Amino acid sequence: MTTRRQFLVAAAGIGLASGARATPESMREAMRQVTGGAPVRQGRVKLDLPVLIDNGNAVALGVTVESPMTPADHVKAIHVFNERNPLPGVISVFLGPRAGRAQLHTRVRLADSQTVTAIAQLSDGSFWSDSVQVTVTLAACAEES
Amino acid sequence: MSTVSTARTIVRMPATAKRGEVIEIRTLVGHVMETGFRRAAAGGLVPRDIVRNFVCSYNGAEVFRAELHPAIAANPLVSFTVVAAESGSLEFRWSGDNGFAASASASLVVT
Amino acid sequence: MKRLLAVLLVLIAPVQADDRRSGYSFMTPETRAMQDDDSSNPASLWVLDGEALWKSEGCASCHKGMAGVAARYPQVDAKQGLVNLEQRINTCRVEKQKAAPFAYESRELLALTAFIGRQSRGQPIDIKADAKTKPFLEAGRAAFFRRQGQLNLACTQCHDQQWGKSLVGNPIPQAHPTGYPIYRLEWQGMGSLQRRLRNCYVGVRAEPHAYGAKEYVELELYLMWRANGMKLEAPAVRP
Repeated sequence: MTTRRQFLVAAAGIGLASGARATPESMREAMRQVTGGAPVRQGRVKLDLPVLIDNGNAVALGVTVESPMTPADHVKAIHVFNERNPLPGVISVFLGPRAGRAQLHTRVRLADSQTVTAIAQLSDGSFWSDSVQVTVTLAACAEES
Repeated sequence: MSTVSTARTIVRMPATAKRGEVIEIRTLVGHVMETGFRRAAAGGLVPRDIVRNFVCSYNGAEVFRAELHPAIAANPLVSFTVVAAESGSLEFRWSGDNGFAASASASLVVT
Repeated sequence: MKRLLAVLLVLIAPVQADDRRSGYSFMTPETRAMQDDDSSNPASLWVLDGEALWKSEGCASCHKGMAGVAARYPQVDAKQGLVNLEQRINTCRVEKQKAAPFAYESRELLALTAFIGRQSRGQPIDIKADAKTKPFLEAGRAAFFRRQGQLNLACTQCHDQQWGKSLVGNPIPQAHPTGYPIYRLEWQGMGSLQRRLRNCYVGVRAEPHAYGAKEYVELELYLMWRANGMKLEAPAVRP
């Protein structure tokens, strides 16, 4: 039976060929760049990722933030980070009252089982977050790379 | 032999909405989103080539913007909401590495 | 006893009609959702390209519509023998349009097969087992049951006998080609049934045939016949 390492080499997309990889520390540093060191509170943010993942190349990701989205009180930005892909940033979105809801759906690549974090930046300068741990396995019967 | 050269885009949103209603907009753009971390057959790395920015403007005013990283899956899907404030035109623009540019537009009738 | 039953089942017929499940049913809800909505399915980008090519390449000048076509391929052609949809498109281009054929897995060929496949979505797969197709069906069936590769596995062992069980974290599907061409998450792009079959060959550590090899077209024919009556989902999403 082919070994897990052989499947690792055959996996498309997030090749880990370069050896570069984010770490929990580089994720924290990327988050610090956004927050400027301000406290980040858990809550108000809901990060949705599937419990079971068919393939780490395309994982459905959703973020919603509780907010009235008025000019006086709204979400200015949502930033998504990961800790085990080669780079810590995933996506940053910038919105405002005209968005109506603080909501984002996209599809992301996840190179390995890891924690994904979403941080919302509010108009009052506060930061809120949610994190999800995902399990990612690799596809069988891939192509030779 | 003809080739398909322009990036294909898909935008799904309602054509009409009530004033103040929050509408959902789903966008798809054809792009390989080459991460820059894959090894080329000949050796070395395949250079990064991704969509980097996406902007939605509503009658000329930016209402939503996204900065994408290589972690966004190929053929990026970005879905968000917008308040149906007035009738008009929504413009969608994607830009990225190697001068990549794609655009789409849609009309919204607000009653 | 279980082995004898397995052998008997395999000789009588493929997986019985009520046991047959599309690869769709083995996917997670999120991947299914990706396929369910055309605005969420990346394959739609290729369908749009295919629609544009259909016009720009002149297909529309002869062909009014392709409803039901993809559900009936591969077919036996009077001159060429067994051909799949890709080969049929290229025959048209070379003979009728005096144009160069599209390479396998080229963007153009995938766009056209996606566009043509889309027009048969929801239609039952319909492959005839008759005097013309019989020799090809038997060759395809023999390939499906033949052990091969360093792992010495036959398609039937996984896809008739072990479907539903987990292989490297994913469930083994029954191998019904209900969705081709597919947007495969593993490829991060579109591909034909032959591209997928080649992945299977690599999976059992066998040397893949060249694209367009008759062995593959025969196997495609057998797989489609084995899926007779199942609804086409083209172009589908698969892991």
